[in-house]
Amino acid sequence: MQELNEIQKKLLETIAGLRGAPNGAFNIRSDSKAIGRQSSENIEITPKTDVSGLDIRIKPGTKGETVYIPVVITQSGIKELVYNDFFVGEGAEVTIVAGCGIDNCGAVDSQHDGIHRFYVEKNASVKYVERHYGCGSGSGKRLLNPGTEVYLAEDSSMEMEMLQLRGVDDTKRDTIAKLAAGAKLVVRERLMTHGDQRAVSGYDVLMEGAGAHADVVSRSVARERSFQEFDAKITGNAPCYGHTECDAIIMDEGRILAVPGLAANHVDAALMHEAAIGKIAGEQIMKLMTLGLTETEAQEQIINGFLR
Amino acid sequence: MLQLNDLSFRVREEEQEKEIIRGVDLKLPAGKIIVITGPNGGGKSTLAKLIAGIERPSAGTILFQGEDITDKSVTERARMGIAYAFQQPVRFKGIQVLDLIRLAAGKRLSVQGACEYLSAVGLCARNYIDREVNASLSGGELKRIEIATVLARKAKLSIFDEPEAGIDLWSFQNLIDVFQRLRESSDGGSVLIISHQERILEIADEIVSFREGQVERHGRRVEILPSLQIGRAPGGCGRRGRKGGR
Repeated sequence: MQELNEIQKKLLETIAGLRGAPNGAFNIRSDSKAIGRQSSENIEITPKTDVSGLDIRIKPGTKGETVYIPVVITQSGIKELVYNDFFVGEGAEVTIVAGCGIDNCGAVDSQHDGIHRFYVEKNASVKYVERHYGCGSGSGKRLLNPGTEVYLAEDSSMEMEMLQLRGVDDTKRDTIAKLAAGAKLVVRERLMTHGDQRAVSGYDVLMEGAGAHADVVSRSVARERSFQEFDAKITGNAPCYGHTECDAIIMDEGRILAVPGLAANHVDAALMHEAAIGKIAGEQIMKLMTLGLTETEAQEQIINGFLR
Repeated sequence: MLQLNDLSFRVREEEQEKEIIRGVDLKLPAGKIIVITGPNGGGKSTLAKLIAGIERPSAGTILFQGEDITDKSVTERARMGIAYAFQQPVRFKGIQVLDLIRLAAGKRLSVQGACEYLSAVGLCARNYIDREVNASLSGGELKRIEIATVLARKAKLSIFDEPEAGIDLWSFQNLIDVFQRLRESSDGGSVLIISHQERILEIADEIVSFREGQVERHGRRVEILPSLQIGRAPGGCGRRGRKGGR
């Protein structure tokens, strides 16, 4: 792997918890180029030939391995569109760590649009972690538009942890999922926007097989003048269970629009949505102040806990 | 330790001014358990909130260890050594029991150190330390955690607003032990409890009988307790219903 500069190191640690090359399979992309790639015995990473991106093939029965595919952008003015396809073999149990960090110190926008498609075979289980982060003092924006498609075969499962806690000026996150019988999808989204940022997060989950289970939960904080939209739709075409929840804190002049949607097309589809938006409860701040925290410290503790 | 001088608190309700606390003068000594008791709606909880700084008095002054704290914020009073246990504990999404106890202790307490406070309130610490302080906990569990946070403060003045409410499943004796240990261990600190509970009144060094926003009587337990009409709930616990006042 190429030697990392300080900006690359900082971004990689923030988004993927990496200090240098990890063990096992990985691909590290920096400023539109792969600066390190390694396959393992069970996980093969190959570049696509028609478009920019990777095919990641995980052998059936692979257990306990983690594959890292982080992306960093350290230059102003980069705009890229990347397709990564994951083929997770039958019975595999793996963790996939993705994410993108942009350090933009220039005046031109930097943008990463990543399309991730997951084909999860029968009885396989995936934990997916995606962290997005922006920094840098330039006036150019940091833009991230992830598109995620998840296809879960019978009795497979996927747990998705999606985090964007700082520095991304504009994001449009679209996730679609199709679940076969007995498949399970769990999404935990954590989102904080500040300044004049805008974040739109949409989910469209289709449960097609009996016993499918989907749980999509977003916790978010909109501060200053930022705006967020959470648009989560769950469709049940079979006996299944679906739950979507948007739990949001607004501060300053922050705004949030939550649009939960449920479509039950089978009499045994049990679907539920919850949405709650409001400012931090005054009694929560007061409780922490009685412990000796200032009002500002209390707010930070409450938000840090909320977005944990 | 604590001195209230001509303390008043008024609110406007339906176009009318209502006086909740009416010119209270009170001196509370150091190193004692003082129980404020009296009828529901008499202003006891409001008095506790005025001391903690959660409510601001309309008139009068509050001195703590000789210093006028009337204009000091909740945070400042907390840092000076006043701790306050809410009658109805606050829930937090995401904040864990360990976080809350560490915040209360004001330092990065070890897990074992935090567990000691939970054990003191009768909770099996390892089952709770990683739990979120949210609606998944019962009212009784939250109440005990609330008390644990006050113990972790090691404050000079610890205020408990109806600590017995909602702890039905907890051996009541544990609560009594907590207060007695707090008095013994707090090196001159005082414990101020709002309670109707007979067994709490029985461990008081001093009792303040409070009614209609005023101190009715204040004195040593032996002087006040015999004259109080204490209700006994079935089972001999002596617990009355929850109060509805401010």
